Amino acid sequence: MEEKIIAAIIVSAIAFFSIYAFTPILIKFLEKRNQTVKDANKKGNVMIPRPGGISILIGIVASEITLYFFFPISEILAIIITSILGFSVGIIDDRKVMGGWFKPVALAFCAVPILLLGAYDSNLDFPLFGSVKIPSLYLALVIFMIPITGNTLNSIDVLNGIVSGFTTIASFALAISLFILQNYEIGISCLCLAFASLAFYKYHKFPSRIFPGDSGAVMFGATYGVIAIVGEVEVIAAIAILPAVINSFLFLSSVKRIVEHREIKNPTLHTDDFKLKSTDDNHAPITLVRLLVAKKPLSEKQICNEVLKLATFSGVLAIITAFMMGAKIL
Amino acid sequence: MTMKIYSFVFVMWILILIGGGLVVVFVGPISFSEDVEPIITSGVKVLLALFLIFIWVFILAKLKNWIFKTEVKS
Repeated sequence: MEEKIIAAIIVSAIAFFSIYAFTPILIKFLEKRNQTVKDANKKGNVMIPRPGGISILIGIVASEITLYFFFPISEILAIIITSILGFSVGIIDDRKVMGGWFKPVALAFCAVPILLLGAYDSNLDFPLFGSVKIPSLYLALVIFMIPITGNTLNSIDVLNGIVSGFTTIASFALAISLFILQNYEIGISCLCLAFASLAFYKYHKFPSRIFPGDSGAVMFGATYGVIAIVGEVEVIAAIAILPAVINSFLFLSSVKRIVEHREIKNPTLHTDDFKLKSTDDNHAPITLVRLLVAKKPLSEKQICNEVLKLATFSGVLAIITAFMMGAKIL
Repeated sequence: MTMKIYSFVFVMWILILIGGGLVVVFVGPISFSEDVEPIITSGVKVLLALFLIFIWVFILAKLKNWIFKTEVKS
């Protein structure tokens, strides 16, 4: 146990401080090379450096590789490779505008290392009722999981600080759940993601100094998804990101097809004091943000706080579910 | 508004718990006689799982429409 505590402290520190120290350097580098985008929710022409995914990649990979030296297991190797692949898919999307199907298909390939390394268990665990063995079906689940988590977290990267703050809360909830289930190695691995996103949140929170870009947001999602699979906590992981799932669900059920976000009508408009309000256009998709501002306009910071409160609520539900995993009613 | 979204998250959580229970108790143990190909058994399980997902999505879509309409009208 002592070795695990030491490993947890060391890798968490590496994940946090590498991003904390490297991101300001990356901000200057991107500004110098004019790799900036307009912050659409600010008055005037506020330009923000993008993508910050490189910084997130360094933090997550450095900490996970260090963890691999402590525990050389195939599950951690699968996390490292899938995270790097997730970043690669995102950075392609950052550099070139790809079609709506690019990310889901490319992210499905990111799940291949999990299958090749055999870093999964084909039992799907549910709270209160036990588990169900689905060997063939589980392979499909592994392939679908990474595109789902990757795109789900990417879809909430709409305002300053949301995706990094949301990932921080969800991954801390997942790490606590993994510790409750006594899956310590993967729990520590999840701490790497939690501290990495926390460090990035410092620069991404309102008002943002850097945007993660698709490379950062997709990598957050891919890493979260692979941890859910190798940690055998798929259901708990889904519960911890329920607000983001709701966002994807609302979007898909109103648009009824998979499209690139640049192709859709904006679901929100700005008021004169630059708050966000719901659009009157019936053809614009319903999203979580549109739902939050349906009744009255809110500032960007207020919306971000509401989303993070929702994330905390679903994180608590995830932890309650972890406790329920041990109990059986049948 | 936010209370309705919290309720939406809570309903989703309950539906996941109930759906998981149905999968474990009813869908998982389904097996046919030995001369039936295992792929057919898996296919039946997949169909039942998809049916559960359809019901899940249907309930949530109704709930979403109700929340959005009541908010826009108020």
